[in-house]
Amino acid sequence: MSSHPQPDRPPRLHAANRSGIEIPVSAGPQAVDPSRIGEPGQYPFTRGIFPDGYQGRLWTFRQYSGFGTAEESNARYKFLLAQGQTGLSVALDLPTQCGLDPNDPMARPEIGKVGVSLSNLSEAEILFDGLDLSRISTSFTINGTAAIVYAMYLAVADKQNVPRSKLTGTIQNDILKEYVARGTWIFPVRPSMRLIADTILYSNDVSPRFNPISIAGAHVRDAGATAAEEMAYTLANGLAYVDELRRRGGDAEKFAKRLSFFFYVHMDFFEEIAKFRAGRRLWARLMKERYDVQDPKAQHFRFGVVCGGSSLVAPQPYNNVVRVAVETMAAVMGGAQSIFTCALDEAYQIPTEFSAELALRTQQIIAYESGIANTVDPLGGSYFLEQQTDRMEEKIEQVMAEIDAYGGVIRAIEDGWIQLRLAERGLERKLDTDSGEQVIVGQNHFKKAGEAIKVGEVFTLDPTVAQRALEKFQRVLDTRNAAEVEATLAKLATAAAKDSENLMPYLVDCCHAYATVGEMVACLKKQWGEFKEPVNL
Amino acid sequence: MNTPIESRPLLAGKRILVGKPGLDGHDIGAKIVALSLRNAGAEVIYTGLRRSPRQIAQVAVDEGVDAVGLSILSGSHQELARDVIEQLRQLGAGDVKIFVGGTIPADDQPPLLAMGVAAVFTADMPLDDMIRILAGKLDA
Repeated sequence: MSSHPQPDRPPRLHAANRSGIEIPVSAGPQAVDPSRIGEPGQYPFTRGIFPDGYQGRLWTFRQYSGFGTAEESNARYKFLLAQGQTGLSVALDLPTQCGLDPNDPMARPEIGKVGVSLSNLSEAEILFDGLDLSRISTSFTINGTAAIVYAMYLAVADKQNVPRSKLTGTIQNDILKEYVARGTWIFPVRPSMRLIADTILYSNDVSPRFNPISIAGAHVRDAGATAAEEMAYTLANGLAYVDELRRRGGDAEKFAKRLSFFFYVHMDFFEEIAKFRAGRRLWARLMKERYDVQDPKAQHFRFGVVCGGSSLVAPQPYNNVVRVAVETMAAVMGGAQSIFTCALDEAYQIPTEFSAELALRTQQIIAYESGIANTVDPLGGSYFLEQQTDRMEEKIEQVMAEIDAYGGVIRAIEDGWIQLRLAERGLERKLDTDSGEQVIVGQNHFKKAGEAIKVGEVFTLDPTVAQRALEKFQRVLDTRNAAEVEATLAKLATAAAKDSENLMPYLVDCCHAYATVGEMVACLKKQWGEFKEPVNL
Repeated sequence: MNTPIESRPLLAGKRILVGKPGLDGHDIGAKIVALSLRNAGAEVIYTGLRRSPRQIAQVAVDEGVDAVGLSILSGSHQELARDVIEQLRQLGAGDVKIFVGGTIPADDQPPLLAMGVAAVFTADMPLDDMIRILAGKLDA
């Protein structure tokens, strides 16, 4: 006898969002305080940093793709530029991100795997061969070795006779979240903060159009943090960078104009919009009240987002297109400056050409067909949204106060306090998903029996990539001027021992001498030691 | 009244090492698993990031664990699992059960099991199922 299918009973609609903010059944005029909202383009920027919103400038469609060798990436970049793309996005392999040379035993299985191996200037010369660095913008997802990669970019520009002042692009360069969620840390927290301040101050002077940091909440969010925690951790990290920059003599009126932020957008539409509006307002207030920053541009909270990530699931993968569309609309309503839309199959394989194109089309449809970008902050003044923005701001401040009460982000990271908090939050989210309390259509409710996912291409390493990288690396070691390498590294060591020195000019000199990433990192490790990861659980 | 059998933690008395081999820094999965194993009664040791297979095997021996869970999201699961198994054998601890979790494509699971991995877990698997399977393998 066949059994009758049981009706799927999802839980009742929630009376609070995952950030822990109560959701009123109905919000009315009494929920809104117009004096807190302000005008678009005016302090406190609840409604956006520009008076004309996307009419003045649409958000950037920033799709991220590609890995392989420097030669293969160079060919790919030339193709993309010929198609009219102006911005490049460079992914680096894990050895480069962790400061290990290709000949390190730990590096070997990872060479060229999740990005390009950029072990020394000669690789950067190949990567950017025939590309005019004064006309393209290059974005590097790099953190632990960001200062070195930036130095290498400056050195390539020097070699191409491109004035450094003409360079545009971004390095992620946000080490604090690496300790918490992404794991490519190298040095202890405090010298790492110095290195980041050095890149920002140096970049402000020599390449003022370059973005020397993108302070990221995305990774903690994807690991399990709530929307409020994502924003709170990110703003707290941002303030830690501001403090370090000021300690090293920086002027907040100047450097704050070049700080930018990076977040995930997940599925709770109003929670996400409220997060962005509250974060933007709070950052402006902190800049003004805590640091007396007067120039509105230095109060601006500029941010990019990723739509997708862990909100996408493998079962019934076409549902992910709908999720990314909802999330993209939330990002637009929140006033994002750039959007990356994940492909529908990203949860389980390298996106196909079809899925990658559909992800870009999703943004284009929302930008050019839906009309939601045509007026600034179209949901501004909504009883519910304004009430939620206020509550979200309070929640963010509450989490930031908890970090302060612990002793600040740096201590909280050194002790592993934030890491443990995040792991507990991740477990909570996983258990809520396992139980079906947090509904994920197709995964824990409304499942289809017998549905197997056909996984396509996953990371597979071309076995010759590592060998070729090692051969090229050895050739550089054999042909460079060893005395010059030694001399520039010795100067770097002396400068690293002295807190008042900015390390960037020394790193650029090392790059010009073809010192390797591993050598520069080893030199700094000798001065500073390594981060001791707290493994208390 | 009879005490239901489930009230005794399934992993009571077990010592389990959770390891992150290689350079991959995505550790939230490893930590979630470590916390849930502990909630299920196990004594859990976490290695932290960037451990070599040799280091992981050495900790497993020094701590006298019953099982080693490897969290791998970089795609290097075949090489790394094989290396850890080999290192454990060299240290005379070939009886320690090995589990692998992470982004493991379905096609890669049979070869892992064939080389001696006791079970493979993926992110979409409910934690309760993972703990039941693990407890079953450890008591076998």
